[in-house]
Amino acid sequence: MLTLSWALPFAGALLLLLIGNADGRRDGLIRWLALLVSLLSFGVTLALWAGFDSSSAELQFVERAPWIPAFGIDYYLGIDGISLLLVVLTGFLTPIALLSSWESVEKKVKEFSIFMLALEAAMIGVFVSLDLFLFYVFWDAMLIPMYFLIGIWGYDQRIYAAIKFMLYTMAGSVLMLVAILGLAYLHSEATGSYSFDLLKLYTLDIAPETQRWFFLAFAIAFAIKVPLFPFHTWLPDAHVQAPTAGSIILAGVLLKMGTYGLVRFAFPLFPVAAAEFAPWIALLAVIGIVYGALVAMVQPDMKKLVAYSSVSHLGFVVLGICAMNVQGVQGAVYQMLAHGVSTGGLFLVVGMLSDRRHTRLIAEFGGLKNVMPRLTAAFLIITLASIGMPALNGFIGEFLTMLGAFLWDPRYVVAAGLGVILSAVYMLWMFQRVYLGSVTHQENTTLPDLKPREWASVVPLCAVAIVMGVFPTLFLAPMEPAVQRLVAQVQSVQPLRVENAVGQRSKVKGQKSGRMVQVPGTTSQVVGTRSQVAGTTSQVPGRF
Amino acid sequence: MFSTQIDAIVPMLCVTLGALASMGAEAFRARDERMPIGILGIVGLVSAGISAALLWNRNTESFGVIAADNFGLFVTIVLAIVGVLTIMFSSQVLERDGLPSGEYYALLLFSIVGMIMMATATDLLVVFIALEVLSLSVYVLTAIRRDHLPGTEAAFKYFLLGAFSSAFFLYGIAFTYGVTGSTRLAAVGSFLSAQSMMNNPMVLLALGLLLVGFAFKISAVPFHMWTPDAYEGAPAIVTGFMSTGVKAAAFAAFARVFLSAFEPFKDQWAPVVAVIAIATMVLGTVVGVAQSNLKRMLAYSSIAHGGYLLVGLVAANQIGKAAILFYLLAYSVTNLAAFGVIALLGTRDKANDSLRDYAGLWHTRPALAALMTVCLISLGGLPPTAGFIGKWYIFSAAVSAGYYGLAVIGVLTSVISVFFYLRVVVMMYMADRDGEPVQARITGLGMAALAVSIAAIFYLGVLPTQVLDLAANSIATIF
Repeated sequence: MLTLSWALPFAGALLLLLIGNADGRRDGLIRWLALLVSLLSFGVTLALWAGFDSSSAELQFVERAPWIPAFGIDYYLGIDGISLLLVVLTGFLTPIALLSSWESVEKKVKEFSIFMLALEAAMIGVFVSLDLFLFYVFWDAMLIPMYFLIGIWGYDQRIYAAIKFMLYTMAGSVLMLVAILGLAYLHSEATGSYSFDLLKLYTLDIAPETQRWFFLAFAIAFAIKVPLFPFHTWLPDAHVQAPTAGSIILAGVLLKMGTYGLVRFAFPLFPVAAAEFAPWIALLAVIGIVYGALVAMVQPDMKKLVAYSSVSHLGFVVLGICAMNVQGVQGAVYQMLAHGVSTGGLFLVVGMLSDRRHTRLIAEFGGLKNVMPRLTAAFLIITLASIGMPALNGFIGEFLTMLGAFLWDPRYVVAAGLGVILSAVYMLWMFQRVYLGSVTHQENTTLPDLKPREWASVVPLCAVAIVMGVFPTLFLAPMEPAVQRLVAQVQSVQPLRVENAVGQRSKVKGQKSGRMVQVPGTTSQVVGTRSQVAGTTSQVPGRF
Repeated sequence: MFSTQIDAIVPMLCVTLGALASMGAEAFRARDERMPIGILGIVGLVSAGISAALLWNRNTESFGVIAADNFGLFVTIVLAIVGVLTIMFSSQVLERDGLPSGEYYALLLFSIVGMIMMATATDLLVVFIALEVLSLSVYVLTAIRRDHLPGTEAAFKYFLLGAFSSAFFLYGIAFTYGVTGSTRLAAVGSFLSAQSMMNNPMVLLALGLLLVGFAFKISAVPFHMWTPDAYEGAPAIVTGFMSTGVKAAAFAAFARVFLSAFEPFKDQWAPVVAVIAIATMVLGTVVGVAQSNLKRMLAYSSIAHGGYLLVGLVAANQIGKAAILFYLLAYSVTNLAAFGVIALLGTRDKANDSLRDYAGLWHTRPALAALMTVCLISLGGLPPTAGFIGKWYIFSAAVSAGYYGLAVIGVLTSVISVFFYLRVVVMMYMADRDGEPVQARITGLGMAALAVSIAAIFYLGVLPTQVLDLAANSIATIF
């Protein structure tokens, strides 16, 4: 089943490869085929959700086959509640991205569709892999289609942006490769055989010094992907230059891989180092929240504005992860989904405007609500979702992450709260300048409103934004056991932030400043286990 | 009795016969008669490959100086593959450029004989003879286009520096003989490990001289100066052959000599080789960035790949040795295919090997551009290609031997190298053609060779288990 989820789009890409389309005669057929494949894949991801046992924290749909036995590398797939939702998100956004490029991509439709489907396959592969080697293969393989998507179908500065994207991401990920190899080697030292099996590596007993290095290697790879301030400079370029479909996928799914990597790999693999670095990462996240918001405010280009808003929003996700309590992580994962939907939507609508006017400058628009009321309504919903309006998706995620962060260290929340306000400022200000008032440019008076195809791509996004805002349990429930397990696993070896009944004071930075906060339900189990450096999941705390 | 004596040299004999047949055919060819001489070479190489496969696990030895152990046989098979692919690519080039095909194939095959000999030799003098056999043929191949001045210049440079390095190598052998009284690797090894020679300056001198000789052949920094010129001046397909075949053979001998005979001195040479490896990786990639000629760029890239192979040699553990073998195969197939594309795109009057010539290739020749992209991705070490598995294997060797620094430098330089590989991709896919499209006529045989290479790249990248196991088995027998 999981194999199907990534192999289906991949097979679709291969199928398209076989269709001859040198003169562009079969563009229509190829578009429909690609859409059909992506919808089928979405169906598969939904089927996964339907078959998923929400009450269990265990990995489900596990598939395992030896791949390179000499090194203990397995083809090992499985999902828990966290990855399930991200897989569904990927399946959901790909057809929308394809729809968004229905008319805007005119040259080389076949290759475009192939790269989109290959990208989807690699993205799903990243989320479902439980073998670090397999994960890395998907992680790196994903760069190739994205590189081509930006480089061929992007805007003016596309080549620069594509290369920058590729090199930045690779520079981070190769260091992670060394750390992965190191992990496998440590496993062979400890047990006599190599292994890239994530669950086995979780249980490795790694010296704190080694943990620090490995954690840094992983964290930098993921921080670049997120992107965390100050590693974010590739993002505005890549986002602005990418075609609409590329931006949707980039913002919607690719950025989540960084945060997913932190949750799945960096924190649980190296809990001691994670505890040490978490305050610093959180600090960077908070800087990113405020900085991204401030920079977004002054952007004249809508796409760039949305790109910087991503830097800001993903800061919340990272903050929630750093808090490493149930609320924080749940909020983080929720915020990942919410951001995927709302920012994907923002890029989609901005792309529609840019298709119509071939400009993305805010100053070129104004009063669009008079010309295209429907598009305005859709944009308003997505904008409100993005700034965290209650009853829409962004609110839940931001609220939970801030709650989690508050339980950890309230100071971060103050700064993060500033980011919430700023995000309302820049988003609404853009909305006002683009849509409200009277039409200032003559060219804008004749712009057509939403076409049926655009309806088909906007409506699902708005609907999901509302559903996520009104029925958060629908999404929180499947991830809850997994999140609890994760938090317990990380906390079990780092009760540093937990008020210690024995009264041992930790030497970890920031600890002195009174930020020892009781995490609900975890205290009793974790007291005094600080020396135990191993992911013993037996100490699962009570339910949240 | 007799048959067991020659068993180990059967692969070499096959190729030699192929070479002699080519020469004979050329000699008896009427002036304008077209003769499929390449077929003779392919027959010779394929039978060499088959005989190598049959000798697998038999560990035979001929005359005490040629050992058909699995290590040597693995390299022999790699060389046979390189040879067959080179001939397939060459057929079009020879016809187009009006080169003497009999001589060309004969030289090519003789150099492969030298390479196989080098990979299987267990006596330093035989290694030297093999080195000369292969070098002389390759010098001539570099200048095979007599009307082409850069080619002649390149060959001359290559020859002078190569002769110089051979002298170093021979001098090293002389010192080794002086100290140990033998040139047989096994004898040298046992002598060195039995005696406490650690402080004997003669041994270190011998070691250093041999190192220089090998470093030259694998174009390791700082003995790489000839490489860019020779690679740029030679016909593209010859460059492809040099950068894969010569490197594979030289590395095989390098590994054999240093990991068996001079294994007791590992603590002495490993730091030196580590420094050379770092310098080679860094220089190869950094200078590669600045190139605008594709052949020259790939020349620097092949220098860098030599550096990665050296990392495996420094690691010198079981994984490292097997990684060298696997990497040699992965790199050979990939690099040869990349040069194959360059060769196929050239015309008689114009080599079409500058970066600009590739602008917009995607629009005129989408298949060729896609195949080239796969090669470049594999050279850059991205999954799911052979290059990725190769690099992963090499770096896991480094990590498991504790050389984290080498691994980090290795991966970082491979990111830099991706930058210049991507420049070609940018040209092919994202730049617009400013001049005429490249007017090359590409034959089916060339495309077939490309298709085979690409299939191999993906096979090694996705299902590497079998070859990895073979490589791991190969080193079990000797070291």
